[in-house]
Amino acid sequence: MKKIRAIAATGNLSTGFREETLVRAVQQGAHFIGCDAGTTDSGPYYLGSGNPRGPREGTKRNLRLMIREALNAGIPVIIGSAGHAGGTPHLNWTLEIVRELARENAWHFTLAAIDSEVPKEHLLKAFLAGRIAPLCPAPELHETSIRQAERFVAMMGIEPIQSALNAGAQVVVAGRCSDVAIYAALPVLEGIPKHVAFHAGKILECGSAAVAQRFYSDCMAAELDQDGFTVEPPNPTFRCTPQSVAAHTLYENADPYHLVESGGVVDTTAARYDATSDRAVRVSGARFIPSEKYTVKIEGAALAGYRSIVVAGIRDPLVLRQLEPFLSSLRTVVERKIEDSLKLSRDAYTLQFRIYGSNGSLGRAEPCPQVEGHEVGLIIDVVAPSQSLAADILPIVWHTGLHHPIPEQQGLISNLAFPFSPPGADMGPVYRFCANHVWQLDDPCKPFRMAIEHL
Amino acid sequence: MRELWEFTKLIRSKNAGPFELTFDIMFKDENCFREVMASGKLSAELIAQLYKVDRKQVRFWVIESLLTVKISIPRPVFSGDVDDTDVYGGQFHGPLVRLPVEAG
Repeated sequence: MKKIRAIAATGNLSTGFREETLVRAVQQGAHFIGCDAGTTDSGPYYLGSGNPRGPREGTKRNLRLMIREALNAGIPVIIGSAGHAGGTPHLNWTLEIVRELARENAWHFTLAAIDSEVPKEHLLKAFLAGRIAPLCPAPELHETSIRQAERFVAMMGIEPIQSALNAGAQVVVAGRCSDVAIYAALPVLEGIPKHVAFHAGKILECGSAAVAQRFYSDCMAAELDQDGFTVEPPNPTFRCTPQSVAAHTLYENADPYHLVESGGVVDTTAARYDATSDRAVRVSGARFIPSEKYTVKIEGAALAGYRSIVVAGIRDPLVLRQLEPFLSSLRTVVERKIEDSLKLSRDAYTLQFRIYGSNGSLGRAEPCPQVEGHEVGLIIDVVAPSQSLAADILPIVWHTGLHHPIPEQQGLISNLAFPFSPPGADMGPVYRFCANHVWQLDDPCKPFRMAIEHL
Repeated sequence: MRELWEFTKLIRSKNAGPFELTFDIMFKDENCFREVMASGKLSAELIAQLYKVDRKQVRFWVIESLLTVKISIPRPVFSGDVDDTDVYGGQFHGPLVRLPVEAG
C-alpha cells in the first residue's frame, strides 16, 4: 500500500523550527516539506498595504534549511500564502528571497510561482456575472466597493499546486492558499483519498501545535495511506496524544466537525483518534463531501483612513470616578474646535477614546466596563482621510484633554500623564477587510497565474 | 461557589477568520465536565447575553469525547476595522474565566 510522508516545517514560515528536527524528519523519510506563510489573523493591514509581515532574515533562514534538505532528499518544498497575505507584492518578496538563496548557495532547481492576486476588473466581471456570493457574516460587496478596494486575493485549493508539481517544480511558492491545500495537494496527486489528505492537512498546518505540550514552534510529520494517517512529532521531546490531535481540529475553526475547503467539506464527526505509541496517533474515519460547485474564497482589503494616536495615563481619582462624562464633554469641546480650526465636521473623521481599565480589550462587547482600579490607560485614536489631517486633529484632542476641567478641581489642571514626548505617533494607513465571499469557478486553476523559472 | 477556570485546563478565544470568534473550553476531567454541564450555567443564552449577540447567532457544541465545549459567534466588530479592539480575538474569553458555577 502506497504511503506518503508529509512534513510541516512549522506553523508559520516566519516563526521557525529547530534545524536538527527538520534534518531528522527528512532522514526518517519524506515526500515533501510544506509550510504555511500567511494568515488573515493579523488583520487587514498586510493585504491592504502590500507589505509582508516578515521578518526577512528569519524567513530566509527557514527557507534556506527547507530548500537545502529538500534538494538533498530530492523532494519538493511547498510554501503557501507567501509573504503573509499572498498578494503579488508578498509573492515577489518571497520569490526574491528564494532567488537570493539559490545564488548564494549555487543551487539549481525549478521554481514555480503561483500568483493569487485578483485584478479588480476580473473580480468585477465575475461579480457582475453573478459568480460571487457572500459567506456569513460578510461585509457588503458591490461594484463601487470592488473598484475602491486596495487589493483582492483568491484562496487557492490543491489544484494550482498540483499543476506546479506536475510541471516539475521543486520549490512551489504559492500566493494566498488554503493551509490544508499545502499538505493535501501532493498526497492527492499520489492517490491518497481526499478525506485522508485534507484531514491530515488540517492537523499539520500549524506545525507542532497539535502536540500535547508545545514548548516552542517546531516541525510535524504525518504518514498518509488509503485509510488514514499517523501523526508523530519528529522532535523526540514532543508527544502527540489522541486528545492533543483531536483538540487541534477545533483550533481557529468556527465549526468543530466541518472544515470547508475548495471542492468540498471535510466531515470529522465520525473521526477516530487512536494512540499507536506514547507519542504517535492514528487518525481515521473522516469523510470528504464534494461540493456541488467549485468555489474559492475571496479576501479583500480597502483603505479606511490614516491613524494617529496618543498614549496617556489617568491617575486622579476624581477624574476616574466621572470618566465617562469627562470624556464625553471633552469630545463635545474638541469636535467644536476641530470644526472651527480645520473646517472638519465630526463625521469626516473618527475619534475614539480607548480606555484600558474599562473596555479597552473588548469594546462594546465588554460586560463589565466600570472602572475599578486606581488608574486607567487611555489611547486617543484618530482616523482621518489623510495622515496630515489625522496629525492636525490629534494635538487639538490631547491638549484640550490635558486641561479639560472637572467641577471638584478649581484652577488649571493637567489630567493626562503622557509617557512620551512627543505624546503620540502617526500610525500610517488603516485598512479593513472588505470581502468574505466565494467565487464560483469552472476551472479551479483559472484565477491563478503560474510562472516557472529555472534557477 | 467555584469559578469556571477551576474546572478547566483551557479557556481560549480566537478568530475563526476575520469575521467570527470561537471559544474553546476544555475541562480537566469527566467530573469537572459533568459538574459544569449539570449546573446549566454554560449555555448559548449566557454567551448571547454576555457578548450582546443574538441568541440565534450563537453556535454551541458539547464535544463529550474531548470533554470540551466549543462556541462560535460573529465578531461584534470585524478584525482590524477602525473600531476593533482585539485583532486576533484572543482576549474575548476573559469574561468567562471567573464565571461562577454552582456546585452540581
